[in-house]
Amino acid sequence: MTAETDLRARGLADRRRRLLAAWADAPGLWGFLTTVDHKRLAARYIVTTMAMLFAAGMLGVDMRLQLAAPDMHRMGPQGYDESFSLHGSTMLFLVSVPVMEAMAMWLVPLMLGQRNMAFPRLNAFSYWMYLEGVLMLWIPHALGFTPDLGWFEYPPLSGPAYAPGHRADVWAQMITFTEVAALCVSVNVVVTIFTMRPPGMTLGRMPLFLWGMLVASFMTVFGLPAVMVVTSMLIADREVATHFFSPSGGGDVLLFQHLYWFFGHPEVYIIFVPGVAFVSSIVETFSRRVVFGYVPMVVAVLAIGVLAFGLWVHHMFAVGLPKMGADFYTAASMAIALPIGVQIFCWIATMFRGRLQLKTPMLWVIGFIVTFVIGGMTGVMTASAPLDLQLTDTYFVVAHLHYVLVGGAIFPLLGAFTYWYPKATGRMMSEVWGRISWALVVVGFNLTFFPMHLLGLMGMPRRIYTYPAEMGWGPLNLLSTVSALITVVGAGIFVLNALLSYWRGRLAGANPWGGSTLEWATPSPPPPYNFDYIPTVDSVAPLWTRDELHALEGLSLDSREVLVTTLVDAKPDNRQKSPKPSLWPLLTALAVGVMFVGSIFSPWPIVWGSVPVAATIVGWFWPTRPRAQRGPLRART
Amino acid sequence: MSEETPAFRVVGDVSALPDYAFGPRSILWWGNSAFMMIEGTAFVLAAAAYLYIRGKGGHWPPPGVRPPDLLWGGLFTAGLLLSELPNRWLQAKTRQFDLASVRFGVLVMTLAGLALAGVRAVELSHINVRWGVDAYASCIWLLMVLHTTHVVTDLGDTAVLCLWMFTHQPGPSQFSDVNDNCSYWTFVVVTWIPIGFLIYLGPRLL
Ligand code: HEM
Ligand SMILES: [Cu+2]
Repeated sequence: MTAETDLRARGLADRRRRLLAAWADAPGLWGFLTTVDHKRLAARYIVTTMAMLFAAGMLGVDMRLQLAAPDMHRMGPQGYDESFSLHGSTMLFLVSVPVMEAMAMWLVPLMLGQRNMAFPRLNAFSYWMYLEGVLMLWIPHALGFTPDLGWFEYPPLSGPAYAPGHRADVWAQMITFTEVAALCVSVNVVVTIFTMRPPGMTLGRMPLFLWGMLVASFMTVFGLPAVMVVTSMLIADREVATHFFSPSGGGDVLLFQHLYWFFGHPEVYIIFVPGVAFVSSIVETFSRRVVFGYVPMVVAVLAIGVLAFGLWVHHMFAVGLPKMGADFYTAASMAIALPIGVQIFCWIATMFRGRLQLKTPMLWVIGFIVTFVIGGMTGVMTASAPLDLQLTDTYFVVAHLHYVLVGGAIFPLLGAFTYWYPKATGRMMSEVWGRISWALVVVGFNLTFFPMHLLGLMGMPRRIYTYPAEMGWGPLNLLSTVSALITVVGAGIFVLNALLSYWRGRLAGANPWGGSTLEWATPSPPPPYNFDYIPTVDSVAPLWTRDELHALEGLSLDSREVLVTTLVDAKPDNRQKSPKPSLWPLLTALAVGVMFVGSIFSPWPIVWGSVPVAATIVGWFWPTRPRAQRGPLRART
Repeated sequence: MSEETPAFRVVGDVSALPDYAFGPRSILWWGNSAFMMIEGTAFVLAAAAYLYIRGKGGHWPPPGVRPPDLLWGGLFTAGLLLSELPNRWLQAKTRQFDLASVRFGVLVMTLAGLALAGVRAVELSHINVRWGVDAYASCIWLLMVLHTTHVVTDLGDTAVLCLWMFTHQPGPSQFSDVNDNCSYWTFVVVTWIPIGFLIYLGPRLL
C-alpha cells in the first residue's frame, strides 16, 4: 500500500466514525422509541403491514372455506359480513397503501444519495399513527365489535338509524388514523424529491421509480382529504345529528358516494402507481438496459395520475346518472387503458432489446404483466356502463378487484421485496425457493380468482355467506377454495424464505444484481448515514455510466446536515440541519390518538383533546437555542 | 456482481453554501405549502358538498330561518383583511433578520389573532340556526368549523413563536419559521374569501 492510499483509507475510516457518531441511534429501547432513521421506520412499517397481510389473508381463506360448498353453516351471515369488512378494510387501508408508503420511505433517500428524508420526525409520527390505526380496527375486533358494512360504508346503512353502536365509528376513525399517516409520508416524499435530489439529477434524469413515487404522493395529497372529509361528515351525522346524508333533513346519501369515490378510485392508483415504479426498476436491472422510452413513460405515469381523478363516477353507474354523464365516464374510464398500455409496451420493448435475466424479481414482473392485463380487460368491461349494470355486485367484481389489486400491486411488491431484500439485510433470498413460491402463488391466485369471473356471469352475488346447491355454483367455488390454499402455501414459502435468508442467505455485497441507481452504491445494509460522500450524477443510470462516482464533500461530519438542491436543475443551493431523534413524535401520536378515539363517544374530546396535542407539537418544534440577552423577557441571572 | 461499493472521487465542496434559506429554497417552506394544499383540498371538497346539496333545490335557508347576521361576519372579514397589512410587513422584516421589528410584528399578529378569534366566537352565535336542523345548517357549520379550526391553529402557532422570539436568541432558521407562519396566515385569509361568501352571501344570493 502506498503512503497516499494509506492516508486516504485512514481519512475515510475517520470520516465514517464521525458520521456514525452523528447519525447513529441511541442503543436499546430508547433508540427504538426515538429513532428518526427512515430505514428503521420503514422496515418497521413493512413488518407491520406483512403481519396485517397475513391476518387479512387468513380471513380470506376462512371465507373461502365457508364458500367451498353450498349450504355451509360454519359461519353465519353476521360472521361473514364482519369477515369481508375486516378483510377488505385491512387489505386496503392497513396493507396496500401503507406498504407502498413504507417502500417509498425506505428507498427514496437512498436513491437520492441522501442521509435522510426532508422531515425525519414526520416519518416517525406517521408510523405511530399507522400503528394506532391498526389497533383501532383490531382491538375492537378482539373485543367483539367489528365493522360489518364492507370496505365502503354507505349511508343510510352506516347512518345513525341503521347502524347503532360503534362499529361504523371504529371503521371511520381507523381511516382517519391511516390517512393522516399516509399524508405525512406523501408530503415527505414530495418535498424530499423536490428539494433533496443529488446534484446533477435534473427532473429529466430522475429514475422512473422516483417519478412513480412522486405521482403517487401527489395523488395521495389530493385524494385522501376527500375520505377524511366524508368520514368526518358521517361521524357528525351519527354523533351530533347533522343531516349531510339524511334525505329527511334535506341531505343526500349519494353525496357520500361521490366524496368516497373521489378518493376511492384514485386509491386504486395510489396503490398501483408505486407497483409500476417497482416494475420499472426491476425491468431495467434484469434487462441490463435503460428502460425504453423515458419520456413516454414519464408522460404516461403523469397521465394516470391526472385521469384517475376524473373517473370516480364509474363506481356509481348503478345509482342512475344522466345518460350523457354515464357515456362520458365510460369513455374516460377506457382512456386510462392508454397510458397503462404505453407502459406495458415500453417494458416489453426493454426486455426484448436488452439481455433478459429471469431472476425471481423478474418472474414476479412477468406474473404481474399477465395478471394485470386480464384484470385490466375485465376492468374495461365493467367500465362500460350498460355492462356494469349487469355485473355490479356479482363475483365478477370480486374477481376483477383481486386481479387488479393482487396482480397490479401485490405481485410487483413481492418482486420489489425480493429485489431490495439484499440491500436491506445484506443477504440474498434463496432463488430456488423464490421460484417455487412464485409459481405456487401465481398459479394458485389465477385458479382462485379466474373462476369467479364465471361465477359472476352465472349470477352469483358478492357478499353472500352461503348459497343453495340448486344454483350450480358449487364446483367452481370448490376449485376456487382449493386454489386459495395453494396460494397460501406459496405465500408461506415466501415468508419462510425471507425469514431464513435473514440468517442463512448468501452474502449480497453492495450491488448483487448489478443495478444502476444510487441505492446500490452504498454497503448492504446501508450505515445510518447512508453515504460517505454526497454522490452527484450525470445520467439516469449513474452506476452504469461511470466506474468511479463523482461526489461532493463539505457537509458537517459531526452534526446532522443535508444538502438542498434547486427544484428543476438540482444545483447545490444550501445546507440545512436534519432533526435529531426525538420522543415527541410518539407523544404527539398518542395525544392525537386519545383525541380520535375519544371523539367516537362524544364531540368534546376534540375540544379538550386538542390541548395535549398542541402541547406535544410545541415540544416537537421547539428550537433549542440560547436564551435571549435583550428585551423584556431576556434571561436574568 | 459487485462486492464493493464503487469508489467516490471528490470533485467539489459544499461547505461554503449558506446554512439557511427562505421561501422555496427551504425545506420547511415546502412542507408548509404541502399541508396548505391538503387543507385547501379539504376546503374545496367541503364547498363542493355545500353546492351539491344546494343544487338539489330545497329551501336555502329553510323557511323560518334567517341567514347568518352580516354585522359580525362583516366585522370579522374586515379585521381579517386588515390583518394582512401587519402580516405582510412582518414577513418582509423576517428576511432582514430585524429582531426588534420581528418581535413587535409577531406580538401584533398574536393580538390581532386573539381579537379575531373573539369576533369569531360572537359570530358563531349569530349563525341563526343549529347544525342539526337540516342539511343547510350542517353545511354552513361544516365550513364555519373548518375555517375556525385554521384561525385557532394559526393563532396558537403565532403565540408560541411570539413567546419563543421574546425569550430566545433566534438564528436565521427561526426567522424563516416566522416567515412561513406569515404565509400560513395569508392562506387563512385567502381561503376565507370563498368560504365567507358561501356562508354569508350564499343563503342570500344562491
Ligand atoms: C389469498 C388471498 C385472498 C383471498 C383468498 C381473498 C378472498 C376474498 C373473499 C372471499 C372476499 C369476499 C367476497 C365477497 O363475499 O364479496 C374478498 C373480498 C375482498 N378482498 Fe380479498 N382475498 C385475498 C387477498 C386480497 C388482497 C391481497 C386484497 C387487497 C390488496 C384483497 C382485497 C379485497 C377487497 C377490497 C374485498 C372487498 C371487501 C368488501 O366487499 O367490502 N383481497 N376477498
Ligand atoms: Cu375506479
